Amino acid sequence: MAIFIGGQTRLVVQGITGRDGSFHTRQMIEYGTRVVAGVTPGKGGLTFDGSVPVYNTVAEAVVERGANTSVIYVPARFAGDAILEAADAGVGLIVCITEGIPVAEMMRVMPFVQERGARLIGPNCPGLIVPGVCKVGILPGQIVLPGRIGIVSRSGTLTYEIIFQLTSAGIGQSTSIGIGGDPIIGTDFVDCLRAFEADGDTDAVVIIGEIGGTDEQTAARLVKEEMSKPVVGFIAGQTAPPGRRMGHAGAIISGSEGTAAEKVRAFQENGIAVAERPVEIVDALRASL
Amino acid sequence: MNIHEYQAREIFRSHGLPVPDSVLAETAEQARDAAARFGGTVVIKAQVHAGGRGKAGGVKLASDPAEAGEAAEAILGMEIKGLVVEKVLVAPAVEIATEAYVGIVMDRASQRPVMMVSPEGGVDIEEVAATKPEAIFKEAIDPRYGLMPHEATGLAYRLFSDPALAKQAVRALAGLWNAYDGADATLAEINPLVSTPEGEVLAIDAKMNIDDSSLFRQPEIEAMRDEGAEAPSEQRAREAGLSYIKLEGDVGCCVNGAGLAMATMDLVKYYGGSPANFLDIGGSSSPEKVVAALEIITQDPSVRSILFNIFGGITRCDDVANGIVEATGRLDLDVPITIRLTGTNEKEGVRILEGAGFEADTDMDRAVQRAVEVAS
Repeated sequence: MAIFIGGQTRLVVQGITGRDGSFHTRQMIEYGTRVVAGVTPGKGGLTFDGSVPVYNTVAEAVVERGANTSVIYVPARFAGDAILEAADAGVGLIVCITEGIPVAEMMRVMPFVQERGARLIGPNCPGLIVPGVCKVGILPGQIVLPGRIGIVSRSGTLTYEIIFQLTSAGIGQSTSIGIGGDPIIGTDFVDCLRAFEADGDTDAVVIIGEIGGTDEQTAARLVKEEMSKPVVGFIAGQTAPPGRRMGHAGAIISGSEGTAAEKVRAFQENGIAVAERPVEIVDALRASL
Repeated sequence: MNIHEYQAREIFRSHGLPVPDSVLAETAEQARDAAARFGGTVVIKAQVHAGGRGKAGGVKLASDPAEAGEAAEAILGMEIKGLVVEKVLVAPAVEIATEAYVGIVMDRASQRPVMMVSPEGGVDIEEVAATKPEAIFKEAIDPRYGLMPHEATGLAYRLFSDPALAKQAVRALAGLWNAYDGADATLAEINPLVSTPEGEVLAIDAKMNIDDSSLFRQPEIEAMRDEGAEAPSEQRAREAGLSYIKLEGDVGCCVNGAGLAMATMDLVKYYGGSPANFLDIGGSSSPEKVVAALEIITQDPSVRSILFNIFGGITRCDDVANGIVEATGRLDLDVPITIRLTGTNEKEGVRILEGAGFEADTDMDRAVQRAVEVAS
């Protein structure tokens, strides 16, 4: 089962011939993901690595190859349109890895994606992985272990760290998903928590938040109101000073709500066990199951 | 990116906002000349990237050119929230009948720009929001259509009941939206938007923050960057493609990924240490980036211990290892380095480091503890 991706995924890679796109396409194929097409305008008719047909447009990839999921590695100035193109072509799930899309552009992209009934994950995210089955994005395949814990995070390498801690302790994962560090993202904590709650392959969820915004507080309320499965949390940025952007465009404290302390409190008040260090997530999960 | 008030005023003016004349001065003499030209009372305002300028003594009224010179003398060189004032704005003082707040901010929850207005302007708007939320009126703008005339009208009448003033406010709000949208801002603010006893509506302050991700398509705004207003180390980091923020502690941190960097800093604190900086070397890092990172960290004299925490994904451990070896060969370091390395090409990375006499750990907690110990 897992969430959002799995055996049913037929992936088209937008930007397949670029440096990052080609590298990660090979990694995804090696992991077992069904990559059915690639798109690079002007390279239509080529075959990538002798096995993946390349098209000029996503629409062709959908018609010719039945692509139902897209992953985007194109440069930031073209990535907004790449999302629109995928939604316009009828792709149901769009995963955008690209970092640095203008916020104003994402604000115009999101309503279009929603009107087309598509789900966007990201931008500026590592994507998602179902251990042993399928990965879409850049999460390293060698650190995951099949199992029954769902992981949702705003971060990239911090997610790897926590997956690694779980795997090292013998705790496997059902799906790990990075939703992205930008202020405007397509899929939020709430969407993922609901999907994990409904997923028959997931027994408990780890939520990894960071400073900035109020998404963690919204997620905490949902956990209390709608979730029967245990949720364990971690918040990065206790030592971050207010008013400074900590790398992620979204990670900036403005007002009191965006602080780590405020988010930790919201987690605790709503029944989410909070780990003080990444390694403590293992114990908190064991205690909750 | 932050821009100064005088720069935001220019952008506002270009979108038809009613912004009174002003002159930028870098010396007391220039301020005196400007005051003489304007005649009458002028206001002298510090141009720094910090809020609360008024409270800090960075805004002064002067009734004649001599006083203007003295005020500028006092403000220039002053430190506000750690930033040295190098420029002041000189503008004719405006007689004020009422003060309102108007602003547009990117709102994450609604995924839209939200225009906020309040008849209670001229003060800290966050305080108004906390103590008197009913005095703030909001409108989420659909960026595909922009601020619609009826939305601007509705908000303008929240500020002024007099139609003559409200009509001017409608034009000001439309101009503010055009400035926000045209500049790819994440914040555009006028505090206060005043009315004068003569029945004129004027924007006597201007504030804008620009979305960093949009600067590639905003060359005119990129050119406004005030490199003097940025710490040299942060400027160097930006040019090297690193994300760096200096903090007060003594454990220099070099991490790949913003979330992991924050978690590493938190762990330094957990083990009784204090991080000297936030530094994210980003993905697909080359050895050159690592060299630049080490140079920046070691230029901070308070750093007594350096901690690398690398979880290889796109970033390759061997690239980082090569960068560490190259940088330490070149930089003549006397600060101990603790290295945590795991993930993509970990074995090659460890081999490179051990060949150069370094140790590398794969456990984050252990490495952080060690880095804290050697700092004390």
